[in-house]
Amino acid sequence: MSYYDPKDLRKFGQITQWSESLGEKFFEYYNSVFKEGALTAREKSLIALAVAHTEMCPYCIDAYTKDGLERGITKNEMMEAVHVGAAIKSGASLVHGVMMMNKVNKLDS
Amino acid sequence: MSQFKSLQSLRKRQSPLAQTERQLKLLEGGIFTEEDAPRFEERILATLKAPLRSKQLDILQVNLGYMCNQVCTHCHVDAGPDRKEIMTINTMEHCLKAIKSSKVKTLDLTGGAPEMNPNFRWFVTQAKACGVDEIIVRSNLTIIVANKKYHDLPDFFAKHGVHVVSSMPHWTEEKTDRQRGSGVFNDSIKALKMLNDVGYGQAQSGLKLDLVYNPSGAFLPGDQNALSAEFKQRLDRSFGIQFNDLFALTNLPISRFLDYLIASENYDDYMWALVDAYNPAAAQAVMCTNTLSVSWDGHLYDCDFNQMLQMPIQDERQHISEFDNDLMNGRLISVSQHCYGCTAGAGSSCQGAVA
Ligand code: SF4
Repeated sequence: MSYYDPKDLRKFGQITQWSESLGEKFFEYYNSVFKEGALTAREKSLIALAVAHTEMCPYCIDAYTKDGLERGITKNEMMEAVHVGAAIKSGASLVHGVMMMNKVNKLDS
Repeated sequence: MSQFKSLQSLRKRQSPLAQTERQLKLLEGGIFTEEDAPRFEERILATLKAPLRSKQLDILQVNLGYMCNQVCTHCHVDAGPDRKEIMTINTMEHCLKAIKSSKVKTLDLTGGAPEMNPNFRWFVTQAKACGVDEIIVRSNLTIIVANKKYHDLPDFFAKHGVHVVSSMPHWTEEKTDRQRGSGVFNDSIKALKMLNDVGYGQAQSGLKLDLVYNPSGAFLPGDQNALSAEFKQRLDRSFGIQFNDLFALTNLPISRFLDYLIASENYDDYMWALVDAYNPAAAQAVMCTNTLSVSWDGHLYDCDFNQMLQMPIQDERQHISEFDNDLMNGRLISVSQHCYGCTAGAGSSCQGAVA
């Protein structure tokens, strides 16, 4: 058995059962975030898809791939968003190379 | 969904799903018997405090035949070039009589490709003379460029003030052709330009051109207004095409779309998606409450979907020749689990979202 069950995504709402007030606060916040604002709901969906990949969350990937399809977002647009996430993720690793270089320069005469 | 693409109707392929009893059996089982999904009639009862009933007759939707020049993967009619069911002039006359004796505001012509019925133009002209407020023709667009004899359809539509409603699943060629067949996108663009040229979709022309969007796979349609804005921008920028409104429709789990859902192992998840998206506000306004559907052979149904599932109306009068105005006075609607497709999210009807 896998730790992740696709069917569990539908149960996300049930987290309110064991802590109603916090759970409801979370969903209220979550739903407000994704409303049309300075960014369009479509742009937010693509950001969510990119972050879903950097977080490597199967539930979020499932949810925001479907959300993108529902909004008519094309697979090219989705893949570009995933690359943005991947580029930041790999850049974030690589930029730490400067730390390594600093350390080497400090320690090694 | 390309790997599941079918180039022939279920009927032609002799698929077991061509049998409507088989479709209904599937719809009644699955998550409704093996899991704890609530049944549509229970949800309706909880929302309306009564079973679903017709209210008034605003729209007479007439299916002129199942013949079509296309074989789309999702087609709920299982239409195609091999389907020979065509409405006769005699049945059309009964429809005209019904229109005259009722307060029908809209005559909604569908198919197949309704334009392929040899008496299509005669019927439109006669219906117009009966004085209905609006005649809708659900055109697949490609028929306009399919054969020389259809090239003047835009002029015919314009002359009779027909409201054209056309299918357009996406603004990209790839997605449109995957769903509707290779070459369909380019032909549709050509046809849309021809319609624009005679005034359709243009401000102040009074000629209405609406597009119907339905998802290209096992997912629900997004927000109708957002999709409409996106289609407008993309079709204008790339092709200079104008249209009035876009209707976002949910694919109902019947016929070829049901076949696709099962073959792609999306059936249970799709049904759950419909059940989870049940919207009580949409349930108040499902189209069977103000529409009567007539099949190619004149039989009466609550809607085009029930027609395809061969679920007859709950009344002794089963044929358009027996039409009476009181048919819409609180008649019980025949429902099954496909009805969840009409109540998901913002709801779905032949006129688009309902809530
Ligand atoms: S499928 Fe037909 S009968 Fe069922 S809710 Fe929709 S319109 Fe009404």
